[in-house]
Amino acid sequence: MAMLTSASNFLPPGRTAHNLLRVGLMLLGLGLTAIVALAWGSVPLTLAQVGQALLHQGDVTHQTIVWDLRLPRIVAALLVGAALGMAGALLQGMLRNGLADPFILGISAGAGLVAIALLTLGIFQAWVTAGAWIGAVVTTAIVYLLGRSASGLSIERLVLGGVAVSSLLGAVQTTLLLLADDGRVQAALNWLVGSLNGRGWVEIGRAFPYLAIALGVGSLLGRTLNVLNLGDELAVSLGSSLGRSRLLIGGVATLLAAGAVSMTGLIGFVGLVVPHGVRLLVGNDYRWVLPLSAIGGAWVLLLADLLARIGAVELPVGAVTALLGAPVFIALLYRQRRPVL
Amino acid sequence: MKINSTPPPELTPSIECHPILEAQQLAGGYTPAQAAVQGINLELQPGEWLSLVGANGSGKSTLLKLLSRVLKPQQGVVWLDGKAIHSQPARTIAQRLTLLPQHHTIPEGITVYQLVSLGRTPHQPWWQWELTQCDRHAIATALRQTELATFADRPVQNLSGGERQRAFLALALAQNPSVLLLDEPTTYLDIRHQLELLELLRSLNQCQRLTLITVLHDINLAARYSDRLAMLHQGCLWAIGPPANVLTPTTLHHVFGIQATLLQTPVGLQICPLAPTVYSASANEVG
Repeated sequence: MAMLTSASNFLPPGRTAHNLLRVGLMLLGLGLTAIVALAWGSVPLTLAQVGQALLHQGDVTHQTIVWDLRLPRIVAALLVGAALGMAGALLQGMLRNGLADPFILGISAGAGLVAIALLTLGIFQAWVTAGAWIGAVVTTAIVYLLGRSASGLSIERLVLGGVAVSSLLGAVQTTLLLLADDGRVQAALNWLVGSLNGRGWVEIGRAFPYLAIALGVGSLLGRTLNVLNLGDELAVSLGSSLGRSRLLIGGVATLLAAGAVSMTGLIGFVGLVVPHGVRLLVGNDYRWVLPLSAIGGAWVLLLADLLARIGAVELPVGAVTALLGAPVFIALLYRQRRPVL
Repeated sequence: MKINSTPPPELTPSIECHPILEAQQLAGGYTPAQAAVQGINLELQPGEWLSLVGANGSGKSTLLKLLSRVLKPQQGVVWLDGKAIHSQPARTIAQRLTLLPQHHTIPEGITVYQLVSLGRTPHQPWWQWELTQCDRHAIATALRQTELATFADRPVQNLSGGERQRAFLALALAQNPSVLLLDEPTTYLDIRHQLELLELLRSLNQCQRLTLITVLHDINLAARYSDRLAMLHQGCLWAIGPPANVLTPTTLHHVFGIQATLLQTPVGLQICPLAPTVYSASANEVG
C-alpha cells in the first residue's frame, strides 16, 4: 500500500481515484453486511426469502420480521454509526487530539444526566429521547462558553471545560443511580450502555432528516479542518476565522452526537476508533476522513449489532463496541507507531 | 532601563507612489491591560523589503501579527491598499497579504504537495472539492520557485529544516500574495540555508515586486538584504530607514545594549559587536 500511495500522491487526481475506490469498497462491504443482517437472526431467512419479504411478497411473518424488526434496526445502526463516526472525526480534527470522541465536550454527561434523571425518578418517560438531546446540546453550549478566549475559542479550554462539566454532571448521575430503585437502575444502565433493540420507523423518521442534513454539512467541513490543522496563526493567514470555524465544526459534531445519543443511548468507542482506522487508510486529508468516517462508523455499528445478536442472549450493542473497541484501538495505536515510508 | 534621549527622526526615502501597507498609531498585545507595541507608524511601498530588528521581547512578532490581522489592534489602523484590514473579511485580506509564523504545526503524514495546495484556500469557494487548473498552476509555480518540485510527493515531516522552511514558504507563495510577512524565517537554519532562503526572498522581491516584511534576529543579514530596517525598542519604533542610517553605534548601544563598530564590507554595512554595554559606565543616562 505504501508504494501505491507514494505513486498516486504526486498528482491529486490519482489520489482521488484511489480514495473513490476505497469509498466504493467500503460501501460494498456495508451493503453485504446489511444483507447478512437482514437474513441473520433467531429466525434465519434465506436470501430468496429476504428478497421476497422486501418486495412485500411471500410469508407474512417473514415480511414482518424484515420490515418491522430487522430493517428499522439496520437503518438505525447505519444512521447512528455514521453520526458517531463523523462527529468523532470532526472533534478529533478540531481539537487536534486523537483521544477526542464525540462525547468529549460533555455530550454524554449532559444527555446521560437528563436521561438518568427521567428514568430513575420515573417521570416523563416519553421525553427521554428529547430530554437527552436537549441535555447534550445545552451541556455542550456551556462548555463552549467556558472555552471562549480572547482569540476566539481555545482548544485547551474547550477540552478542560468538557472534562470539568462531565465530571460534575457524572457525579450527579451516579448519585441519582445510587438512590434509585433496582428496577429503574436496570433501565437506566441499559440506556447508558446503548442499545439498538426495538428502534422502529417512528424514531428513525424523527431523526433522519436532521441527521442527514448534519452529515451533509459535516462532509463539507474537510477543507476547513485541513487549514485549522496548520495552527491558529497560519489558519488566520489563510483567511479562516478561528471562532466561526470552530463553532461550526463543534456545532455540527454536537448535533450529530446528540442525535445519535438520543436515539440509542451512549454507544462508546465507535466515534473514537473509526476515525483512527480511516486515517490509516486515507491519511490526514479531512476532505476524505470525514465522509469515510461516516461510512466506516455505519459499517462498524452494523457489524457490532450483528455480533450482539449472534449469541443466545442478546447483548446491548454498546457493550459489544466497548468490548471490541478497546483491543482494536490498542492495535491501531501500535500499528501507527511504526514508521510510515 | 529608561532612555531619555529622543530617537533619531524618521529616515524614510521620498514617497513616490501610494503605500501598499500602512500602519497608523498602531498599538496592541496579548493582554487587554498592556500593549506590547504602541504608537507604531509605518508606510511600505510596493516591492519594498522592510526588516524588523530589535532585542528579544521588543515587540517584533507582535507587530507582525498586528499588521497581518492575526492579532486585533487595541488602537490604530492598518491599511492595505488604502482599506482598513480589520474591517474586511479575513479571506479578502488573505488573497493579498499573508503571514508565515515562526513555528509550524505539521499535520501528520501531509505531503509537500498537499501542504502547498492549502495555500490556495483563500482563492477557493467553500464548496470547491478539487484543485482547479489555476490552483495547480500556482502550486507548480510555488514549488518551482522554492526548488521543491521533486519533493512534491515527500511527507513534510521527513524533510530537513531548510526544506521544511521552503515548503512553508511555497505554501505562502501559492497563496499569491502581494505582501508577505515572515516571522524569523531563518531560525533553525544553518548559515548556508539562511543565505539560500534570503536569496530566494530577494529574487521574489526583485523579480515579482513581492513586498516583504521580515523579522530577523541576525542584524547583519537584515542589513544586507532589506531596503529599510525598523528598529523596535520596548514596543516602540526607535528608528526606521536604510540600514546605513539606522545602524549606528548609538542605536546599537541603546536598543541592544552592546558596544559595536560598523564595518564597510563587500556586502554592505555590517556590525561587529565588541562587548555588552557596561551599564555602570553610562549611569548618567539611566533615569
